[in-house]
Amino acid sequence: MARATRFWPALVTLAAAVAFEIMPLPEMLQTLRPPLPAMVLLYWVMMWPERFGLLTAFILGIVLDILHGQLLGQNALALCMVTYTMVRFHLQIRIFPLWQMTMTVFALLTLMTALQFVVEGMAGFGTIGLRRWPAVIFGTLLWQPVMALLDRVREQCETHTSNF
Amino acid sequence: MALTTVDREPGQFRNASPGLQALLLCVIAIVLMVLDHRNEYLTGVRKGLSVLLYPVDVLVSAPFDLGRALSESVSSRDTLQAENQHLREEALILSARLQRMAALQAENARLRALLDSTAKVGEDMLIAEIVSVDMNPFRNQIVVNRGGQDGVFVGQPVIDADGVVGQITRDRHYTAEAMLVTDIDHAVPVEIARNRLRTIAVGTGELDRLSLPFLPGNADIREGDLLITSGLGGKFPPGYPVASVRRINSITGQPFLQIDATPAAALNRMREVLLIKDEEP
Repeated sequence: MARATRFWPALVTLAAAVAFEIMPLPEMLQTLRPPLPAMVLLYWVMMWPERFGLLTAFILGIVLDILHGQLLGQNALALCMVTYTMVRFHLQIRIFPLWQMTMTVFALLTLMTALQFVVEGMAGFGTIGLRRWPAVIFGTLLWQPVMALLDRVREQCETHTSNF
Repeated sequence: MALTTVDREPGQFRNASPGLQALLLCVIAIVLMVLDHRNEYLTGVRKGLSVLLYPVDVLVSAPFDLGRALSESVSSRDTLQAENQHLREEALILSARLQRMAALQAENARLRALLDSTAKVGEDMLIAEIVSVDMNPFRNQIVVNRGGQDGVFVGQPVIDADGVVGQITRDRHYTAEAMLVTDIDHAVPVEIARNRLRTIAVGTGELDRLSLPFLPGNADIREGDLLITSGLGGKFPPGYPVASVRRINSITGQPFLQIDATPAAALNRMREVLLIKDEEP
């Protein structure tokens, strides 16, 4: 049997993304903060769907809910939805040209943000107009560098196992 | 890529189809949200999870705290001396004011005794520091480094040296979450210090603006009026400054004035806050 792919570096990147999510930023940059945990999660679900799937998404969502002080399950629901889409279509999305993949990520991040918007609206919280959308656009713009970085991490992990 | 890794994954859940998994987890998430929102069933669960995640807060805020500590320890002798001088002068002025305060308090107690009403007791304070982590960017919330283990309770008023900051909304045992007065879901009962006209100051989501939407066009309010807590509602003790009126806009045909107020507390600059340990409900 082949040695399993090392997957702890992927967990480290997820943890780093979570840390970035609560890192203090100047007030004017706060609404621009890209949704890195979702982006990193989507990357690993796309590349290693047999490792990172819906359960990871759910746990990550609960962690974000607690850290953000949001409704328990709000991020979990949104992340599960986009992760399901990614799991379902990962074979197609993986071989998309880069710009097409970026547009897919944009669509998924938009879906995620829209779900949060709907949940907050239904829960009766005050919602503030358009303030949440710049982060989606900024996240989409950052997809390519983030993906390049994570590709490097993944290649390191996979060459590690090539000795079967 | 070794697909054989699949056989290392135990459990029924991972063998289920993604659609079923997604459905199940989404239902769980929705149930959690409903339980968390309308009822208090999950307070304990949240607290437990928060305690588990406490190291994350500590790790993330550590470099920022360290940076601040370093910048303090390398500040020059002149700066420190100037600051020391400034603080000494301030302490002198404050203690001079306090002398009169003692006399006034005694007088107040006497007058209250004459009126047969109970004397207001001085409140006890707990000093807390703000933890250097950001919460939801669309809400005005902070995390303070005191929690249930220090006697912090949900609904506890939070103030700083200049005025009301907000109130504790969630206890994380070692830390606590507080909602600022400017949060879009926050409202605080206030009165105008000049004429005791009562109204409600509502948050706007912007750190430097409160709104007073419930005053009619003929209300006696002027720019610069100080708004203090009225004590109605029972959350905030009366008499703490909340905001000062910045702009009054009356629109013809509208029954209510549009009034903006500037919060008294330094909401985006504060480091330390005070938790009022008045009466626990």
